[in-house]
Amino acid sequence: MVDHSVVGRSLAPVTAHVEPGRLRFFRETLGERNPVYTDAEAAKAAGYAALPVPPTYLFCLEMMDAEQAFEFLDVLGADLKQVLHGEQRFTYLAPVMVGDTLRFEPRIASITDKKGGAMTLAVVETKVTNQHGVHIADCSRTVVVRNKVAA
Amino acid sequence: MSETSNRQLAVGDRVLRKEFPPISRHKLALYCGASGDHNPIHVDLDFAKAAGYPDVFAHGMFVMACLGQALTDAVHPPRLRSFATRFIAITQLGARLTCEGHVTELVEHNGERCAKLALTTKDENGDVKLAGEAVIAI
Repeated sequence: MVDHSVVGRSLAPVTAHVEPGRLRFFRETLGERNPVYTDAEAAKAAGYAALPVPPTYLFCLEMMDAEQAFEFLDVLGADLKQVLHGEQRFTYLAPVMVGDTLRFEPRIASITDKKGGAMTLAVVETKVTNQHGVHIADCSRTVVVRNKVAA
Repeated sequence: MSETSNRQLAVGDRVLRKEFPPISRHKLALYCGASGDHNPIHVDLDFAKAAGYPDVFAHGMFVMACLGQALTDAVHPPRLRSFATRFIAITQLGARLTCEGHVTELVEHNGERCAKLALTTKDENGDVKLAGEAVIAI
């Protein structure tokens, strides 16, 4: 079972760089063809100073540059075989573009037991700011822990 | 590319629909590297079996990235205000995804006229894998 006393705990902050080569690899993996994401002129016409990132890429940046991408598992006392991604939310407040340096500040926002303790939902909320101190996004990830229940 | 700002949106309008090719092992391996999500359950058959699954399966965030692409093909990216999904079911290898979205509500959001979209991603059997919502400025 997951220890409820970890609610409110902050996880290690992550500093992530929006690098053009890594972003290109992501776009090519997804088959991204939208010129706003691939062409600097189209990006400028859309109001971006440089190529912007697709809507889920914030999640990737945080994992790629984390010292320990699965630190939340240690805090929850769970392992990779037990967990699934239950829900993911992004709120976009300002653009994120190639060349930006972002700071992710995750914390355990809530822990809820379900199905008589057979599973636990843990919500990790992350505030994201850029190199200018602008709050650019909020992310929320719900992790489903399949608890080891005695038969 | 369609541009939602060029027309009047109404509740019930279908804003997006996009189909994706079957998900291959190679694609999941590429996504593992491209996303920084190195969870072996998506690429290592031995690990997946040890965890009780018959095979590897897609990252939820890979499927959400497909839905995000379908969304920003239809909605000019600067108009996106929020994007959320629930991962309803595991997406199997070989799945052919179809992403769809329609308008459920027109709202004022932080002083802006916005539309709420209901989003789904289904496989070729019509099974819902992701259900979500986006708010876009109009």
